[in-house]
Amino acid sequence: MSAVCLRTEQLRKHYGGLRAVDGVDLEVREGERRAVIGPNGAGKTTLFHLLSGEVPASGGRILLFGRDVTRLPSFRRAALGVGRTYQVTNLFPRLSVLENTLLATLGLRREKYDPFSPLAKHREPMEDARRLLEEFGLWEKRDWPIGSLSYGEQRQLEIILALAGRPRLLLLDEPTAGLSPAETQAVTQLIRGLDSRITVLLIEHDMDVAFQVAQRITVLHFGRVLAEGTVEEVRANPEVQAIYLGSGEL
Amino acid sequence: MRPRGLWWVGVGVVALALPQVLPLYFTHLVLLTMIYGLSAMSLDVLAGYTGLTSFGHATYFGTAAYTVGILTTQHHLPPALAAAAGVGAAVLLAAAYGLLATRAVGVYFLIITLALGMGTWGLAYRWSSVTGGDNGLPGIPPLDLGLPWSMAEPRNLYYLVLAVFCVAAFLLYRLVHSPFGLTLRGIRESEGRMRMLGYNTWLHRYVAFVVAGGFAGVAGVLYAFYNRFVSPPDLHLAASAEAVLMVILGGAGTLFGPLAGAGIVVFLRNLVSAYTQRWMLILGVVFVLTVLYAPQGVAGGARALWARWRGHAPAPRPQAEPRKEPVAEP
Repeated sequence: MSAVCLRTEQLRKHYGGLRAVDGVDLEVREGERRAVIGPNGAGKTTLFHLLSGEVPASGGRILLFGRDVTRLPSFRRAALGVGRTYQVTNLFPRLSVLENTLLATLGLRREKYDPFSPLAKHREPMEDARRLLEEFGLWEKRDWPIGSLSYGEQRQLEIILALAGRPRLLLLDEPTAGLSPAETQAVTQLIRGLDSRITVLLIEHDMDVAFQVAQRITVLHFGRVLAEGTVEEVRANPEVQAIYLGSGEL
Repeated sequence: MRPRGLWWVGVGVVALALPQVLPLYFTHLVLLTMIYGLSAMSLDVLAGYTGLTSFGHATYFGTAAYTVGILTTQHHLPPALAAAAGVGAAVLLAAAYGLLATRAVGVYFLIITLALGMGTWGLAYRWSSVTGGDNGLPGIPPLDLGLPWSMAEPRNLYYLVLAVFCVAAFLLYRLVHSPFGLTLRGIRESEGRMRMLGYNTWLHRYVAFVVAGGFAGVAGVLYAFYNRFVSPPDLHLAASAEAVLMVILGGAGTLFGPLAGAGIVVFLRNLVSAYTQRWMLILGVVFVLTVLYAPQGVAGGARALWARWRGHAPAPRPQAEPRKEPVAEP
């Protein structure tokens, strides 16, 4: 069995009296594709904020690649190999598509501190950006401002930015939110086609996507892990069915 | 030669010829425009590119000028040494104040820079034994660097200021078009995303703060040797606000726009005040019109006009706010 990529121990985040994440134990192995599902307000996005380091934990521990990163700021976790996308598109709106991508390919390189030579002089980040944009069919639109892209293209760029740093752990927060069925299918195929060494943790409301992509599923409810297991186990779990019965999503 | 290069050569020829063809009075105004323009351009790196609007930029300008004043009039240091010390003082002060100011962003950053600026002004105003207090420091010698031309002669000083301005503007131009400059714009657009991409964004903001303070210091040194006199208004809040005004008038995030903004302020102040005492009123009207009809400033407006004249519509301006999806979750 492969090594543990991510482990949390009794991870907690309390906002005053609200226990958004309330003692989550999670273990994700390298190369695993794990979906995190749960009703609205279950604490899925807060869990992602804790894992990426954007929100400090109230208690518990986070171990990444065997290392305690609980107190590490997000940019250091990025350097260790964590990439993430956002549920609400979080790009650089007044920069071009290429500039957005360059910021992502420069992020973990020393050239980002260069205050003198023009951007075009830096071959490697430029080539990486070109390769990524070509792969996603956005190279022709590289000089467009973000606002001129379609929503689906903006969601693609979200994923491009997360992939540019060659992450070992990829956190995808509802990558298909708001997409058309055809676009959703394309993104699903994209995630399935990712390098199998990349560990993927995915928040998804669309159960079809979650079941297609993930091998294992973790169900969060009121900040706690309600169930965890393979797709079939989770489907058959009566508690999970009870939560989802009202919404009719499962 | 490319048209762009040709354009620069044209600007250079005009800049070199100006003092020969313009009356002396206007040479003075162009000289002042370059000095204040350099300060405004350095503020633009912070306010326009990084998105940190400082209301204390005159602090670094004024501190450099005061350092030159104190060292030349009280300690009789040679002008070249005092000039270097002036820039050094601005950098050191920015490095110290930056530690406090860059802990905050947005309106809190603005308030901290304002408070630090007011504190420094208070020091200049009250510490009379060193700063001359309200009287300021008269009698700063000309910036003689051992060259055969006397810098007491404004036309000679014009060329020196022009040379320093060109070098500084070139460095700033390279900065904003470099990878580091791109990271500053990224921080302006979405600091959280930048951190997630691996950037220690505080460090970038801090470096931008110190660089901006340093170039304001260069402008302050030039000002001290031009004016031969420094006094508390040079680092007062009003002077800081004027620098912000120049940036907005000229166009934030355009680098050379603020130079035009500085030109508007300098020329209005000196030309209009010959006819009326209420030149501030005219400046106010110009400011309101700019914000209403050319929110991108002179440079942004000129760019839009140029695009229209060339026959294609300006590139669609994206909204400042990223598109928000209705789905929300804590």
